[in-house]
Order: sequence, then C-alpha cells, then structure tokens
Amino acid sequence: MVDTKPKPKIKKIEVEMPKQDPKVRVKNFSEVALGYNEEQALEEATRCLQCIKPQCVAGCPVEVPIPEFIKCIKEKKYAEGIVTIKSKNALPAVCGRVCPQEEQCQVKCVLGKIGDPVSVGRLERYLADWERDNGLQLPEKTPPTGKKVAIVGAGPAGLTAAADLIKLGHEVTMFEALHLPGGVLIYGIPEFRLPKAIVRNEVKYIQEIGVDLRVGNLVGRIHTIPELMKTGTDAVFIGSGAGLPRFMGISGENLGGIYSANEFLIRNNLMKAFDFPEYDTPMRIGKHVVVIGGGNVAMDCARSSMRLGADVCLLYRRSRDELPARQEEIENAEEEGLVCKFLAAPLKFTGDEKGWVKSMDCIAMELGPQDDSGRRRPIPIKGSEFTMETDTVIIAIGQTPNPIIQRTTDGLKVNPKRGTILVDENGKTSIDGVYAGGDVVTGAATVISAMGAGKTAAKAMHKYLMTKK
Amino acid sequence: MTYKIMAIEELAPKTKMFEVSAPHIAAKVEPGQFVIVILSEEGERIPLTICDYDKEKGTVSFAFHEVGKTTKELGKLQVGDVLANLTGPLGNPSEIKNYGKVLCVGGSVMIAPLLLQVKAMKEAGNNVTTILGARIQDGLLMREKAKSLSDKVYLATDDGSFGYKGLDFLVEILKNEKFDRCVVMGPVVMMKEVSEITKPYAIPTIVTATPIMIDGMGMCGVCRVTVSGKMLFGCVDGPEFDGHKVDFDELVQRQRLFLPEERVSSLLWEKNIGGCKCGRHKA
Ligand SMILES: Cc1cc2nc3c(=O)[nH]c(=O)nc-3n(C[C@H](O)[C@H](O)[C@H](O)COP(=O)(O)OP(=O)(O)OC[C@H]3O[C@@H](n4cnc5c(N)ncnc54)[C@H](O)[C@@H]3O)c2cc1C
Ligand SMILES: Cc1cc2nc3c(=O)[nH]c(=O)nc-3n(C[C@H](O)[C@H](O)[C@H](O)COP(=O)(O)OP(=O)(O)OC[C@H]3O[C@@H](n4cnc5c(N)ncnc54)[C@H](O)[C@@H]3O)c2cc1C
Ligand code: SF4
Ligand code: SF4
Ligand code: FES
Repeated sequence: MVDTKPKPKIKKIEVEMPKQDPKVRVKNFSEVALGYNEEQALEEATRCLQCIKPQCVAGCPVEVPIPEFIKCIKEKKYAEGIVTIKSKNALPAVCGRVCPQEEQCQVKCVLGKIGDPVSVGRLERYLADWERDNGLQLPEKTPPTGKKVAIVGAGPAGLTAAADLIKLGHEVTMFEALHLPGGVLIYGIPEFRLPKAIVRNEVKYIQEIGVDLRVGNLVGRIHTIPELMKTGTDAVFIGSGAGLPRFMGISGENLGGIYSANEFLIRNNLMKAFDFPEYDTPMRIGKHVVVIGGGNVAMDCARSSMRLGADVCLLYRRSRDELPARQEEIENAEEEGLVCKFLAAPLKFTGDEKGWVKSMDCIAMELGPQDDSGRRRPIPIKGSEFTMETDTVIIAIGQTPNPIIQRTTDGLKVNPKRGTILVDENGKTSIDGVYAGGDVVTGAATVISAMGAGKTAAKAMHKYLMTKK
Repeated sequence: MTYKIMAIEELAPKTKMFEVSAPHIAAKVEPGQFVIVILSEEGERIPLTICDYDKEKGTVSFAFHEVGKTTKELGKLQVGDVLANLTGPLGNPSEIKNYGKVLCVGGSVMIAPLLLQVKAMKEAGNNVTTILGARIQDGLLMREKAKSLSDKVYLATDDGSFGYKGLDFLVEILKNEKFDRCVVMGPVVMMKEVSEITKPYAIPTIVTATPIMIDGMGMCGVCRVTVSGKMLFGCVDGPEFDGHKVDFDELVQRQRLFLPEERVSSLLWEKNIGGCKCGRHKA
C-alpha cells in the first residue's frame, strides 16, 4: 500500500516498555516487563513503515504477517489483528514475551538502520493481551477428515502442531507426561518473565478448538509409539523437548544444595516451591548461590535465586562477550544485582558434616583458539586454583533429550552422540507417519524455533494423512 | 481422567492400601513400577510403588505409611474421593524369570509391593522364601498373604519382640541354603544390611532405591543414586539396582535433605486439621 499523503517524520526511538523497578522486582515473582498501554501501542505501531517487501517477516521463523497486524493496531482493529497473528502463530502472548526478537524479526526491520527497529514483539504481546482481556476468538471448524493424530509433549512444538492439525480437521490427542501442559513454558521459564496464567490461557485455546489433552501420560511407559500406530493412530508428532539435565561429573556433585537447573526450576515454577509451605514442595536456597553456566537458563536460575533472597554469583568459563543468554536478560539480571565471575570453572565440591555443600574449588581459564561452535575455547590456567564459599549451587550447563521415547521406539533413528531424533526437512523421522520437532530434534533452542518445527511437521503430516490410504 | 479411590484397606495402624481407578495405568503396569501421586493443586508429587493391579477392573493399588504431610493427608481420604493426578507406570519393571530359588525380603510398608514380586516370582516357577521384617509386630503387614504366596516365610522384628530378632538369622540360613537371587524392598538401612549379608555368597541382590523424586521421568535429577561409582537416576535407570553396588550411605543422606522443611510442612498441617477434609484450610 503506497501512501500518497506527505509522510510525517519517522520517530527513530522506540516506545519504551514500562518495567517494574529493579529494587522492587527483585523481591517478587511478578512480571518484570509490564506491557504497553493502548496509547503506547498506537505510538509504536505508527512507526512501522508498512514495507512492501517486509524484511522483518523473513526474520520470523513462523513468518508472522508483521506489517499487516501492525496496521490493524494502527487502525484499532484489534480483533482482526490477533486473527492475523494467529494465522501463523498459535502462541503470540508467549512469543511476544520470550522470543529473542533482537536476533529474529526486529534485527531485520529496516528502521534498525536509522534508529531503533519497530518493537514487533511488544506489539504482538499487546494484541495477545488485548485478546485475553476481551475474550478468545475461536476459528471456524473444518469438516473432519476422520484421521487420528497423536502429539507427544505439550510444549511449544507440540501445541503448535496440535493447533494446526486440528484446524485442518484431524482428530488430535495430545499426551503430556507432567501434570500440567506447557513444557518449558510452564516448568522452566519463571513467572517474572512469563506469567503462568498466560500459558494456561494459550493451552485453554488449544483445548477449546478440540484437542484432547491427556496429562500425566508418559509416552513410552503408558503406550509406546509403535503401539499407538498399531491401534488406530494415523500419524504421530514427537515434541518431547530436551529435558534431561546434564551434570559435570566432578567430585561432590551429589551433595545437598547442589541442584540441576531443571530441579531448581521445576521446584519453583511447576511446583511453586517459592510459596512453600502454602505449596507442599520445599526448596532450600542458601545465602551464597553460585550458578554455573551462562545461557538463558542460567540467567533464569540466577534471577529466581535473587528473588528468594540470596546473593548470587554466576560462574562462566568463557568471558562476558561469549555469554549465550539474551542481552536483555543479562542487563535485567545485572540491574537486579547479579555478580558474574568470568573465565572460571569448578573442579570439585566439598560438603559439611550434614552432607550439604559448603565450598567449591575452581580453576581460572583463558581463551584459546576457536572451537567447532565458533567460540574461543576456554583453557584452564595451571596453578590458578581457588576456593569459593557457597551453600547452594545450580548447575545450568545444558540439557539433552530424554531417552525414554528413543529407547521404546524400534527403528527410530537418533544422533548417537546427542540423543536427538533425526528428521528430514519436513520433520519426518525414519519411521513412516512419525514426525518430530523442537528441542528433541535440535537440542535446547528457542520457543519460536520449536513452534516453527511444529508448523512444518503439521504441514507435512497433513499431506501424508490426505494421501495415505 | 478421574482417579477415584475404589477401596481402602488398613494394613496396620497408619498404614493403608488404596485401590484407585486408573484403567490406562492398569493396562500397562508390571511389578516393580511406581506411580506419582498428586493430591491437590498445591500438593507435591510423591512416588509410591504399585503393590497390586487389576487389568479388568482398571485399578491399581499402592500402600503407604503416614510419615509426613502428604502421606498423612492421603490417609484422611475416603472411598469415593478423587486424587488430583496419578502418573504412571514409571520406572523399569522388575526382572522376573525362573531363577530357581529366590529370597524375597520386605520391610515395613514395602512388604506390600514385595508381595507382588513374590507372586510374580512364584508364577515364573521359582521356589520362594520370604522374610518380612519391621520395627514392631504391627509393621509385619500381610503375613497371611505372604504365607499363601511363598514356599517358606520368616518373620523378624528389630527388638525380637515377635519372630526373630533382627536379621542375623539370615546369615545362618545362607550357610545352609543356596539362593539364586535375592530381592529386597524396604527401608534403606534394611536393604543395605541384606546386601552386605548376601555379598559373601555372591547372590545377585536387587534393591529398590527410594530417593527423593519430583517428576519421576528423568527431568530433574534429584533422584540421583551412585551405583558402582556412576551417577544414575533412580526414576529412569531404576528404581531397582544391584544392591552390591549402591552407595547406601549417600542414598540415606540425600533422602534426608529436606527433613527440616518436611517437618514444618507436617506440623503446620497437623495444626490446621479440623478445618475441611483436606486439612489445608482452617475451620
Ligand atoms: C529456563 C529456560 C529458559 C528459556 N528461555 C527462553 C527464552 O527466553 N526464549 C526462547 O525462545 N526460548 C527459551 N528457552 C528455550 C525454549 O523454552 C525451548 O527451546 C522450547 O520450550 C522447546 O519446545 P519443545 O516443545 O521442543 O519442548 P519442551 O518445551 O521441552 O516441551 C516438551 C514437553 O514434552 C513432555 N514430554 C517429554 N517426554 C514425554 C513423553 N515421553 N511423553 C509425553 N510427554 C513428554 C515434557 O514434559 C514437556 O512438557 C528457555 C528454556 C529454559 C529451560
Ligand atoms: C520409587 C519409590 C517408591 C516408593 N514407594 C513407596 C511405597 O510404596 N510406600 C510408601 O509408603 N512410600 C514409598 N516411597 C517413599 C514415599 O515416596 C515417601 O515416603 C513420601 O514421599 C513421603 O511423603 P510425605 O510428605 O508424607 O513425607 P515427607 O514429609 O516428605 O517425609 C517424611 C519422612 O519420610 C522421609 N522420606 C521422604 N522421602 C522419602 C523416600 N523417598 N524414601 C524414604 N523416606 C523418605 C523423610 O526423610 C522424612 O523423614 C517410595 C519412594 C520412591 C522414590
Ligand atoms: S513470533 Fe517471535 S520472531 Fe516472529 S514476529 Fe513474533 S516476536 Fe517476532
Ligand atoms: S521491516 Fe520494520 S518497518 Fe518494515 S514492515 Fe517490518 S516492522 Fe514495519
Ligand atoms: S525424579 Fe526427577 S529425574 Fe528422577
């Protein structure tokens, strides 16, 4: 659409997102970023140039029609705007909050060349939140195809595949091993970044459009994939994530007070241990917490620990420049009082007489030449050993896929080193009718890439189902 | 899915067995596996070993001893009440084969699931000797059932007030009889003691590790157990392990990690019962 009227001057600076004050927020688990109000959303939407060939869309893994939905905001057609987003993205309230937009849609925005890019994520969040306040829009029903599909895992990959497949008229049953659906969105990412009410709402939408969700069903134990395929399921999508915690294999790792990031996050987010004894699951967090790692998971553990009243030190074996966490999260954490110790790695843990960790021996590192990941490899410096006092350690050095499905599905090809399921470009595994996507294929990645994989697989599954006799 | 309590049997004071409707679990479960029980939205996830199942009725049973907040709360429930969630079957099934002569040792509440193994071992053609042990006579659950299922039954209490005193008599038995396999389910101290007794006789000894668990499916790692110096996960690699290789001292230590918090939880709950049935809300 070409505008013929003289253009108003483009605002180069984005509309700031209101946030809770760091001193206040470090004492609570409420959401840090508060979201735009209508006025702010309109102002930010007005900055978008409505490009004919929008670069931003190319940066989004699920190709959300960005200029179109922003135009809807500008014209205050919010209901239409949310439908526009949902044509491509079933979880906008989540993506608007946790997508690494600075590396995806926003990094490509043309406005980025002259100033701040359009805050696509914040606008997406605005519409999704508007919808939540104004009632869900259900899409029209498609005539049933008579085909049955099973989805393993109710994380972003599974939820997306389920939504797409049911909209195409297939009968969808989703099995989730935990007692609550949402995957990492519910058990991993903390409340202050992604309120659980939002995840519940997104899941409710998936159920309202007809997906039969069964929680507490661990596929592989309750029924295996071959059993499902034999008993009337026409196709299966595996979106079981990368939930197996990695440990370091050093001495003293089984002492009390040493948690895997997953244990710490599951206690806090899924089981609400921060609210013990209101909630039954306990959690002991000491005064001096050390978080080992440097990704988003490590940041979430560190920021949660601070909210539980601890002094937190992040121990990372490379330097600040290599920190894999999102820039925004590092800044948020530092504002809240995070201390980082770079270029150091733990060697062993020592416990007290009750079996709780009391100190850890570490060694300093220097950066050597680049390794396969393209980052400079950390090398221990001889004779640089030192000891740190600590009463709580959280190990956030990565997760790998849970092997239960792989072990119980004959003929399913996996990467023997990483335990990830091997698929082709359509998400098809080595077994006919069985597809996979998300972290179980890529290893720990992002919400939106998992959703993208769910979408791709759903498309291919639809084709498979409609051509299969 | 509604997990309705169909029947309750009191096995001993503060020890109950629930039969719960869960057709999809009943259809798949095998001896040695466990379920995770959740009582309410605020509840924790606790693992309990399956001690019986009925595939036709679609029910599974578990027995528990009222030791802390959640098991006490569970003990207040009545037939017809509904559990918030029941996940399972979890863990690897026991290896049941015809070994020849099998020694099954059960302690306290774990006697109930042990008898499921005794039954399976018997059905597989084994000659089964069963030892039941407990602190006091009351804890020797399901004696009649044990007798009907096994070829021989021995009873023992810690102080000898009923049956043998302690497990020293087992040393004497092993001097005279040869066993091809031993299965122990009970408190960690008991499993440790039995494993030490069978070791010189090289009897393969299988113990059920009961570390603290949360998810029970390999996600959190709280259930880690050291076996032959290697870190394994109780829920997905176990719960059964080679008793001659388990680091029992570490297991006990890790089980006690949250003792102070568990006590707070239990005391608060006891103070509040008298309100509604769940005990969570004051009168
Ligand atoms: C702490 C943390 C913070 C993160 N922060 C961000 C962020 O800010 N932005 C971002 O984009 N990404 C972030 N990520 C990564 C992102 O959450 C994941 O990449 C994404 O959730 C992967 O989605 P998934 O659907 O593949 O798997 P998951 O979200 O892991 O979901 C898998 C689901 O499958 C279930 N399951 C597993 N096995 C079985 C089985 N056998 N049967 C039935 N169900 C099963 C699991 O219980 C789980 O619910 C973060 C991850 C973590 C852990
Ligand atoms: C695989 C597995 C199978 C189990 N099967 C059974 C069973 O069939 N019947 C049964 O009664 N219990 C069983 N347990 C133990 C049971 O899960 C715990 O007793 C339960 O979590 C206690 O919850 P609570 O809130 O009532 O007590 P809590 O307040 O959590 O604990 C009270 C006391 O019990 C101890 N305790 C906590 N967890 C365990 C544990 N895992 N093992 C031993 N002691 C523990 C604590 O140290 C404390 O002293 C099993 C545990 C596992 C891991
Ligand atoms: S889904 Fe994520 S990447 Fe795509 S437009 Fe929305 S915020 Fe950007
Ligand atoms: S590239 Fe930027 S300005 Fe252009 S349409 Fe996308 S968001 Fe708007
Ligand atoms: S209970 Fe969480 S990994 Fe075993």
